Amino acid sequence: MCLGIPLKVVEISPPYAIGELSGVRQRIRIDMLPKVKLGEYVMVHSGFAIEKISEKEVNEMLSLFEEMSKY
Amino acid sequence: MNLPDWDNPAWSESLIRKIKQTAPRELRFMEVCGTHTVNMFRYGIREAIQPEVKFISGPGCPVCVTPTSEIDKAIWLSQQKDIIITTYGDMIRVPGSNGTSLRKAIAKGATVKIVYAATDSIDIAIKNPDKEVVFLAVGFETTSPATAILVKDVIQKGIKNLSILVMHKVIPPAMEALLKDEDIAIDGFLCPGHVSVIIGEKPYHFIPERYHKPAVIGGFKASEILYAIYRMVLQIAQGQPAVENAYRHVVRSEGNKNAQTLLREVFYIGDTEWRGLGRIPESGMLLKEEFSFLDVEKRFQIPELHSKDPPGCRCGDVLKGIIEPYQCPLFGKVCTPLEPVGPCMVSSEGSCAAYYKYGGKTI
Amino acid sequence: MITLDHGSGGKLSRELIEKILMPELSNPILSQLGDSAILDIASTKIAFTTDSHTVSPLFFPGGDIGKLSVTGTINDLAMVGATPLYLSLSLIMEEGFSEELLKEIVKSISSTAKENDVRIVTGDTKVVEKEKVDKIFINTAGIGIIPQSTDIGPHKIRHKDRIILSGSLGEHSITLMVLRNEMELPKGLKSDCASLYPLVRTLTSKIKDIHAMRDITRGGLGTVLNEFVADASFGIEIEESKIPIQPDVKAYCDILGFDPLYLANEGKLVLFAAPDVADEIVSIMRKHPLGKDAAVIGEVTESHPGIVAMKTSIGGKRIVDSLVGEQLPRIC
Repeated sequence: MCLGIPLKVVEISPPYAIGELSGVRQRIRIDMLPKVKLGEYVMVHSGFAIEKISEKEVNEMLSLFEEMSKY
Repeated sequence: MNLPDWDNPAWSESLIRKIKQTAPRELRFMEVCGTHTVNMFRYGIREAIQPEVKFISGPGCPVCVTPTSEIDKAIWLSQQKDIIITTYGDMIRVPGSNGTSLRKAIAKGATVKIVYAATDSIDIAIKNPDKEVVFLAVGFETTSPATAILVKDVIQKGIKNLSILVMHKVIPPAMEALLKDEDIAIDGFLCPGHVSVIIGEKPYHFIPERYHKPAVIGGFKASEILYAIYRMVLQIAQGQPAVENAYRHVVRSEGNKNAQTLLREVFYIGDTEWRGLGRIPESGMLLKEEFSFLDVEKRFQIPELHSKDPPGCRCGDVLKGIIEPYQCPLFGKVCTPLEPVGPCMVSSEGSCAAYYKYGGKTI
Repeated sequence: MITLDHGSGGKLSRELIEKILMPELSNPILSQLGDSAILDIASTKIAFTTDSHTVSPLFFPGGDIGKLSVTGTINDLAMVGATPLYLSLSLIMEEGFSEELLKEIVKSISSTAKENDVRIVTGDTKVVEKEKVDKIFINTAGIGIIPQSTDIGPHKIRHKDRIILSGSLGEHSITLMVLRNEMELPKGLKSDCASLYPLVRTLTSKIKDIHAMRDITRGGLGTVLNEFVADASFGIEIEESKIPIQPDVKAYCDILGFDPLYLANEGKLVLFAAPDVADEIVSIMRKHPLGKDAAVIGEVTESHPGIVAMKTSIGGKRIVDSLVGEQLPRIC
C-alpha cells in the first residue's frame, strides 16, 4: 500500500516542490514537510512527500551493510 | 549525499546467509503491505529464504480488504450520468457483486479517470464544472493524509462539484485481530515501511508487549527488506521480541507529526468492515461531521445494492494466512488473473495473483 | 465484453484470438500466429502481415503515427527474414480531423517508406462521424520476399540457444505515458520507434544460423518470451542484471509501479541463436545504432518447459508470466 520513491528537492514553491531522480522531474506536494530544504532527499508516495531521508542514517546503514558483507 | 543502490547483490546475499544461519527453527512471518508482497516476489526473496523463513501475505493491500459493498457503490456511482470517477489504478479491476467491475463499467461508457495523486481530482473537477467528480479514497495511513489535503484544498478553493467515497483503514487493529485468532500461527510481523513513516513505532507496541512477537519496520528495496527480516529472526533467536525500526533512514520513531495532525483534523476513527476479516473496531478513518458535506453518501442517494461476496470465495482466509491460495476451491479454476473472482486475485500482486503467477510452479 | 485489457497484448489479447478468432478462421498458416504469415506462391516464399495503429498523442519525440504504421509492419516482415517490398495503407478518420495534420502524417509515412525502400501500392480511406474514432486510425499490411535458404521461426529454437535482446526496454510506452499524463518529459527520453530491417539485414548477411526473432511491442519482453515457450518442450532462463533499462525509464517504473518487462517498445527485438554464434551476433549488433546496447540476456533450457524464469538482481529466482491486462499506475 505504499509504493514510494526517493526524489531530490530541486525547486520549492509551497505547497509544491520539484523532485528529481535520474533526469526525471516530478511536481510533488510538501504539505507534510513544511521545513524541507533544497538539495534534501524526500520519500514520495503518489505525489506527496511523506518524509525527509536522513543522510546520517543512510551512511550508518551503508557501513553496516558493507561490514556485514565482508564475512 | 547520493543514495546507495539498496539492491546491491553482495549485501542481499550476505543478509540471506545470515537469515538462514540465525533462524533457530522454521519461522512463519506475515507481511501486511502489498508493496512488500510485490517486491518480495519480484526480487525472488520469498523463495531465497525458504525453508528457514516462510512469509504469508496479510491484509495489507487496500484493494484486497475493501468490502464488496464499497466496490458496488463505486461501480453504481460510475454508471450515473454526469459523474466522473477519479481513482488510483488499483481499483479498476476489483470485482464487485456478480462479476461487475469499474473496468467493465468503463467499457459500457462510465467515465473513470486514473489519478496519480488524490489532488489531481481537483483539476478534473475544475475542467468539468457541469459534472460531479467522485474520488475513491482507498488505502491506509500512507494515503489518507493525501485525502485530508484534498479535503482542505476543496474547501479553500471552493470546489462545489467534488465528493469522496471514503474507504480508508488503519492497519494496527487488523494486525491485532489476526493475533487474537488462535488458528493463525504467526511468529512475527514485517511492518509496512511507509505507513510507519506516518504513524511511527508506538502503534505497534502491543505486538511484543501483549503477544511477545517481533514487529520490525522494513523498507522496500532488496537489502532493506532482508535487513528487516534478519532483525526479526535475530529477535526470535535471542528471545527478545520488540518493535524495531529497520528503515531508520526514512522512518522517524515518532512518525510524521504534520501528517498525524492533518489526519486528526479531517478524520475520526470508527469501526469498519474488512473484506474477509469482518467488522474490526476502531479500524476505519471516517470524515468528521464538519466535512460530511464532502461525503458522496450524503450527496447522492445510493440505493441498497444487495452486495454479496462471490460464493466459495475464501480471500478472507487467505488474507489471514489460514489457507494457502491453492487451498481455495475457486483458485486457478473459476478464479484466475484473467477472470478474478476475489480481490486477492485481482490486485496485481495480491497473494493469490502472485501465487498463481510466481508460486504455483517450481523453478 | 471487450475491454481495454483485451488490447494490452497480454493474456486477454491471446484469449480473444484463441477463443473467438481462431475457431472460425484457423488454418495452418494463420495458426502459426507468427509476426508474418509465410506463403508459398510459384515457388517463392512470401511474407505477408498487417497491423493497426491507434496512438495518442499522434506526434511524439522519436516518431508519429505515420512513421509507426510503416515501421511496425516492416519490422513484422523483417522478423521472418523477409525483405519488405510493398505496403497497403488504410486510413479511418473522424469527421473534422485537420488536413494539415493529415498532410504531416502522410509526409512522414512516405519518408519512412522511402528510407526503407518499400512502396505503398494500395490503400483506402474512410471517414466516420465525430468521436466514433479518436482522430485517426491507420492500418498497414505488408508483403516481402524470403530468400529460399532462409528459415527463421520458433520451430528452429534448440536447447541451450542464447537469447539476445537488441537494446534497452520501455522508452516508447513511458514516453507516451508521460505525454498523456502531461508530466514533464526528461531530457533525451523519446520513443525508440524505428525500422529494424537495416539491423536484421546486417545480421542475416553475416550470420547464417539465426533461429528465431520477434519484435517486442505490446505486452513487452515478458509476454513475447512466454509466447515462445507456450506449449513448447523447452523453458527459458533470463538474468535481470543483463537486461538494459535506461535510468529515467527505471525511475518512472518505480514512480508508477510498472514492471519494465511488460513495457511496449517500437524498435527492439529478441533473437534466438546457437551458443557458438551468440557473441559474434552481439558484437555486430553493437556496431549498429539500433543495437548499441545489445546483450545476451539468457538461454533456452530443458528444465521447467513452458515457463520463463528469471534470476533476479539479488540472486533470487522468480517466474516471469505474461502480462494479463494493461499496466495501470498504482499505489500498492
